[in-house]
Amino acid sequence: MDFQLSDDQRALRTGIRELLAGRFGRDRMRAALDGGTGIDRALWRELGEAGFFALRLPEAAGGVGLGLPESVLLFEEVGRSLLPGPLIATHLAAGAVKGAAQGEAVIAALDAGRPVGHLGDADGLLVLGAGYAGSGAGPGSGSGAGSGAWDAPGPADGILRDVVGIREAAEPVRSLDPFTPLWRVTGRVGAVAHLPGGALRAEGALLAAAEQLGSAARTTEMAVQHAGEREQFGSPIGSFQAVKHLCAGMLVRTELARGAVYAAAVTADRVEIAGAKLLADDAAVRNARDCLQVHGGMGFTWEADVHLHLKRAWLRSGQWLTAATAEEVLAADLC
Amino acid sequence: MDLAYTEEEEEFRARLREWLAAVLPALPAKPGPDDWPGRRAYDTAWQRMLYDAGYAGLHWPVDAGGRGATPTQHLIFLEETEKAGAPYVGANFVGLLHAGPTIAAEGTAVQRARWLPPVLRGDEIWCQGFSEPDAGSDLASLRTRAVRDGDDYVVSGQKIWTSHAEVADWCELLVRTDPAAPKHRGISWLAMRMDVPGVTVRPLRTLAGSTEFAEMFLDEVRIPVTHRVGAENDGWRVTMVTLSFERGTAFVGEVVACRRTLAALAAEARANGRWDDPVLRRRLGGLNAEFRALWRLTQWNVSEAQRSGGVPGTGGSVFKLRYSQARQELYEAAAEVLGADGADLDREWVLDRLSSLSYTIAAGTSQIQRNIVAERILGLPKGR
Ligand SMILES: Cc1cc2nc3c(=O)[nH]c(=O)nc-3n(C[C@H](O)[C@H](O)[C@H](O)COP(=O)(O)OP(=O)(O)OC[C@H]3O[C@@H](n4cnc5c(N)ncnc54)[C@H](O)[C@@H]3O)c2cc1C
Repeated sequence: MDFQLSDDQRALRTGIRELLAGRFGRDRMRAALDGGTGIDRALWRELGEAGFFALRLPEAAGGVGLGLPESVLLFEEVGRSLLPGPLIATHLAAGAVKGAAQGEAVIAALDAGRPVGHLGDADGLLVLGAGYAGSGAGPGSGSGAGSGAWDAPGPADGILRDVVGIREAAEPVRSLDPFTPLWRVTGRVGAVAHLPGGALRAEGALLAAAEQLGSAARTTEMAVQHAGEREQFGSPIGSFQAVKHLCAGMLVRTELARGAVYAAAVTADRVEIAGAKLLADDAAVRNARDCLQVHGGMGFTWEADVHLHLKRAWLRSGQWLTAATAEEVLAADLC
Repeated sequence: MDLAYTEEEEEFRARLREWLAAVLPALPAKPGPDDWPGRRAYDTAWQRMLYDAGYAGLHWPVDAGGRGATPTQHLIFLEETEKAGAPYVGANFVGLLHAGPTIAAEGTAVQRARWLPPVLRGDEIWCQGFSEPDAGSDLASLRTRAVRDGDDYVVSGQKIWTSHAEVADWCELLVRTDPAAPKHRGISWLAMRMDVPGVTVRPLRTLAGSTEFAEMFLDEVRIPVTHRVGAENDGWRVTMVTLSFERGTAFVGEVVACRRTLAALAAEARANGRWDDPVLRRRLGGLNAEFRALWRLTQWNVSEAQRSGGVPGTGGSVFKLRYSQARQELYEAAAEVLGADGADLDREWVLDRLSSLSYTIAAGTSQIQRNIVAERILGLPKGR
């Protein structure tokens, strides 16, 4: 057993962190925020060229031939950087939809009963579950009597290529997360092409957990940095125990989530993935809140990045796998 | 990242399992919680069996009489013994998990030869005399004095919360050898025989009703200078070595045990109908995520230690913070499952609920662990 990153994995993480710092550093991120929230197609293509979407496709199919653990490292970096867009859905659709692997196509995700992110830019839709949309019409849309959509994926998951009609019938939602425009889609949406595999929701949940982990780690760093610089009562606020203990709690949540997310990536086990999503959601949301607290009044401003992490973390918590369903999956595992 | 065990590690596991299956059925029942002589005899007999089978001091270096096993093998050992329901290290705790490793790391050849083999054979029991009435979290402010008199130190003072003091043969004792030095600098680490004149042990009753710890009065106790481990006044550094061992792997078996308890709680809840309550069911589901993740974090920390040559890293404090809290939540959930029976001390888990209250206090309180995480891992400034 050697449950630590390999040298290749470390190099991959460094590479992707540098790529994102160069192409979506803080200035670019803030500019994107001010300039509207459409997908940056040039960046999308660049990610495609770097193998971002084709990471897990076999080399024979033009992919990079890596596995879930590497995808998780990638999406952890995405979470740190706040890079927006339906990256997970496009990553999952690579190989099944023309252009997705190369970053030419943008694939959004449609999950029963939830608003669809980035529908305006999408070239295709990844339809999860039975394809029901709208209020509580389909399985898995309720507050969680069932882990139905989780337990029985597969044949119902599919891809819809032509989204024009759906877009016309959809209503825009004023989105909580300024980086993620949302649309409400009503009525039944049937997928036309079905994806092989059948573990899409589980994989999506794992990658979302990885983004949450990256965000949790990033807000911990932001809090620690601020606590070391900001002075009150003649000392850095980080020398006060109340602040120290908030920061220590953030690290503990992050590291527990890291253990869970990395292990789930290695085992690809559905119960482990449920646990990873649950703990990573918790870490991302609570760390962002604590980071905001450590920033004081500045934390409540649009200018500080903290709210962007919190809003994204809230949104992701509801995506792919909710806490209620995850807890039911984990409870069923005890039987 | 690899969670698969190597062929060698799996072989080690298989041999251990075979041995456990052969010896455990013949083991007598464990004596009651307050039968201290009985518990000592039971725990030391188990240690002797481990010794005879070649499993004693698995993680100790070979030149200290150990097996020089890798951190991963030690992890497997703790996992398998717990899974098989083997006795807990019990009264051997201090000797095996911290006094022993400290003597192995810091002691002279003579000291190692004198003290280590009896610990491994289960012949001698150690206790830990660190805390004092006025020096708990602030351990370095301890006041027990040791004054040099010829070849002896003459030691007077009081220790408290000394676990297993009633049955111990030796005590790892922290004393002040230089009252004039800054408080961290004037401390020494001594090995004290428990049966010498001047040592009085008075049991303390815990909130769980048992007498697992005691207070210890030291009145002009003579301890040979040769029983000092490390240099005079260098005891604080030696103590830090001790504590890193304490937090390193001390809880591995317990996480495995908690996972078993959780499964048993689910079974009980299904039997008594409480499983139909979705709030309780999800709470147990959430705890499943916690203990699975704590196990993964353990594997992560052990792999890190293995890469760095067996030294426990700072991950111990991170782990202890979450584990001590999760363990308390586990037994809160147990009370919820038991319902009205949660008031019956003879029901399983009720006493454990009481014992779990010590987890956020013993071996460094959660507040102190948070200070350690903030200052030593996150690098925040020292201060108020
Ligand atoms: C079951 C059990 C077994 C034990 N066994 C042993 C043993 O075998 N040998 C031994 O030497 N000791 C043993 N101890 C003692 C244990 O290590 C101490 O109880 C512990 O370190 C806390 O010290 P204290 O009890 O003096 O509490 P205090 O230090 O008085 O703490 C009281 C409260 O104040 C808080 N506090 C104190 N200082 C700070 C600070 N700087 N910042 C924030 N909060 C602070 C603490 O977190 C705690 O909440 C045992 C304790 C228990 C409960």
